[in-house]
Amino acid sequence: MPLLWIIVIVVLLGAGGFVLGRQRAIASAGGDARILHSLPNYYGTNVMILAIVPALMVMAVWMVIQPLMIETRVTGMIPEAAIEAAGNRGLVMSDVRRVADGLDTAIAAGALTADEVRDLSTADTDVRARLGEVGVALGSEVSAEVLAAAQSYRALKRTGGLLMTGVVLVLAVLGLAYGSIRTNREFRARNAVEASILAILMLASTIAILTTVGIVLSMLFETFNFFELYPWREFFFGLEWRPSFEGGSDLGLIPLLWGTLYVSFIALLVSVPIGLFAAIYMAEYAGKRMRAVAKPLIEILAGIPTIVYGLFALITVGPLLRDYFAEPLGLGSSSSSVMTAGVVMGIMLIPFVSSLSDDIINAVPQSLRDGSYGLGATQSETVRQVILPAALPGIVGAILLAASRAIGETMIVVLGAGAAAALSLNPFEAMTTVTVKIVGQLTGDTDFSSPEALVAFALGLTLFVITLGLNVLALYIVRKYREQYE
Amino acid sequence: MNDMRVTERTVTDKEIKMKARKVQVFYGDNHAIKDVDVDIEDKTVTAFIGPSGCGKSTFLRCLNRMNDTIDICRVEGDIQLDGEDIYDPKVDPVQLRAKVGMVFQKPNPFPKSIYDNVAYGPRIHGLARSKSELDEIVEKSLRRAAIWDEVKDRLDAPGTGLSGGQQQRLCIARAVATSPEVLLMDEPCSALDPIATAQVEELIDELRERFSVVIVTHSMQQAARVSQKTAFFHLGNLVEFGETSKIFTNPDDPRTESYITGRIG
Ligand SMILES: Nc1ncnc2c1ncn2[C@@H]1O[C@H](COP(=O)(O)OP(=O)(O)OP(=O)(O)O)[C@@H](O)[C@H]1O
Ligand SMILES: [Mg+2]
Repeated sequence: MPLLWIIVIVVLLGAGGFVLGRQRAIASAGGDARILHSLPNYYGTNVMILAIVPALMVMAVWMVIQPLMIETRVTGMIPEAAIEAAGNRGLVMSDVRRVADGLDTAIAAGALTADEVRDLSTADTDVRARLGEVGVALGSEVSAEVLAAAQSYRALKRTGGLLMTGVVLVLAVLGLAYGSIRTNREFRARNAVEASILAILMLASTIAILTTVGIVLSMLFETFNFFELYPWREFFFGLEWRPSFEGGSDLGLIPLLWGTLYVSFIALLVSVPIGLFAAIYMAEYAGKRMRAVAKPLIEILAGIPTIVYGLFALITVGPLLRDYFAEPLGLGSSSSSVMTAGVVMGIMLIPFVSSLSDDIINAVPQSLRDGSYGLGATQSETVRQVILPAALPGIVGAILLAASRAIGETMIVVLGAGAAAALSLNPFEAMTTVTVKIVGQLTGDTDFSSPEALVAFALGLTLFVITLGLNVLALYIVRKYREQYE
Repeated sequence: MNDMRVTERTVTDKEIKMKARKVQVFYGDNHAIKDVDVDIEDKTVTAFIGPSGCGKSTFLRCLNRMNDTIDICRVEGDIQLDGEDIYDPKVDPVQLRAKVGMVFQKPNPFPKSIYDNVAYGPRIHGLARSKSELDEIVEKSLRRAAIWDEVKDRLDAPGTGLSGGQQQRLCIARAVATSPEVLLMDEPCSALDPIATAQVEELIDELRERFSVVIVTHSMQQAARVSQKTAFFHLGNLVEFGETSKIFTNPDDPRTESYITGRIG
């Protein structure tokens, strides 16, 4: 049965459960809803939740686990020889899946019947040709093992699907029955609904947390693979970045990290003062009308895609900096430079810093301003001595968030700073960053078992750890000062 | 005990510190203060009383131009400090507020240490020539606000960490430290317990020796205890203004009498 139908049926059961629970509750109170423990709708909701939630949850889990189980079962059927011939297990399995899907298509198109498919064998049919007729193109002849595996793959999938439909529907009915049996005058439906809602909310946050853990684990796993192939000392302390796909590459992190930090530093140097001052002006000095015009204008900057900033860096800022600063000062003749990328990235971050700081400054209570003005302080004295200290934790948080964004930015760096790793102090030299190299190592034809490709995961994990560290630091600072100021 | 007792005082003609004539205040279209004439005498405590929303705070805020910070607020009429129009374009509101200090209804200590809170005004206005002089001002102000004993061992602790009543006395100390000529207090005791209230009232009485104090209060007893002059506001009008003893014992206007005896409010 198609998934949609199962869901529709479960939801219908739930709706029925709502009506049933409500009616039973009112009936148990002899028609007088006032003597019920909870409002009638709570009884209905309770039955509905019991009917829908467990059933759908089992369905979701089933849909994740079933393919994994079928995969292991079917893989077991394929002899080692066939796997070696194809190169690896994954390739054989994708063949199997493709044939199985092809057979499904053939049945849907009416070219084969379900019975024919079950009895199909390579001995008397050219499977590739038959499937080709219905538009399923296969790369190679279908071997007997693959066909057999595909057939059992289909069979398992079918039984699994049937079983799932059954289990889910039975669960829904059971939940509905259990809920309605429990419904009576004394039952605390309101509390039960409260508990279910808590459970659902907790489930949502668990999923979010598990996803994070999953991402980190997958990165960790690949990073571990990388360190099996490449010594970690040379990665973390290597001063050279020279990957070559013929092997023997130098994959030192330091030049990339240096580029990342250098570009981010310049970006913050540009964005923090401008953003912060703009925010102070907006929040403290600008009149209503000025604010209404200027704030959206600044925020337009935030809506520009970073690739457009990249173009701006490449075409305008880069040549400008080269012609008016780098060449006259004798610091280089490259239009791609740390400076270019840093300045443009700083421009990108201005609205980020300013709108966050603006909100934070606005959140400083008016009574503090009044107190300061009441003592005869001027506006800038008030801003400097009262508002900024009060807003400081939030502002530091905003700056660290901006730093995280700068560290993760890619497009502007590719177009503004170039893609050549270098370890230099000269801000007018081309350099590159961690993110750019992650993209670089993974684009094109990549072999995921070479250190040159796997290094991307180690780089990604390093970035993740750095941004995590920044966020933790931001939290720590915010908490430390908040204690003092509240 | 009779809480309505009025402090004995000699009625001498004192110099007029602030003079308000035909003051009108509008919040947008809302006419909040209508034609108010008040004289604030030097070295006198003047109390503003009246039901909630009648415009006491609004009028108080006119006296040091705190209303300038509210966009929609418009003030008309004439208010003078020592014979000078404070709304004259030549007058710097910042300078004015140093002379006419203010304590607010809700305590609003800065997120700084207790010491820095009190030193804020003296630092801005350069009142202390040395660190030791500043220390002295801070100590004296804290003593006068009756909070020195409670905070003398933790001057570096944040002012926001004090209790509500302590915070309010800190704010009074902060205002006193700037040595204003007029001190405006908007319901300064509304967050205080009776003991702290008594201390603040004592302080107000002491402050009277050096400058004039204007206090907004909802407590008739407090007005009677601390003030020499009382102004009764009602719906934006100044209904009656005169000697506190007269207002409380023999008011001219029937509205004043019914407010004081608790019939409007
Ligand atoms: N910031 C403001 N914006 C608009 N209207 C205001 C503002 N402040 C006060 N008002 C209006 O002005 C009138 C007088 O208010 P005000 O705060 O002066 O009263 P009050 O006598 O101090 O009252 P309370 O005893 O409750 O403090 C009220 O009608 C109020 O709605
Ligand atoms: Mg008020």
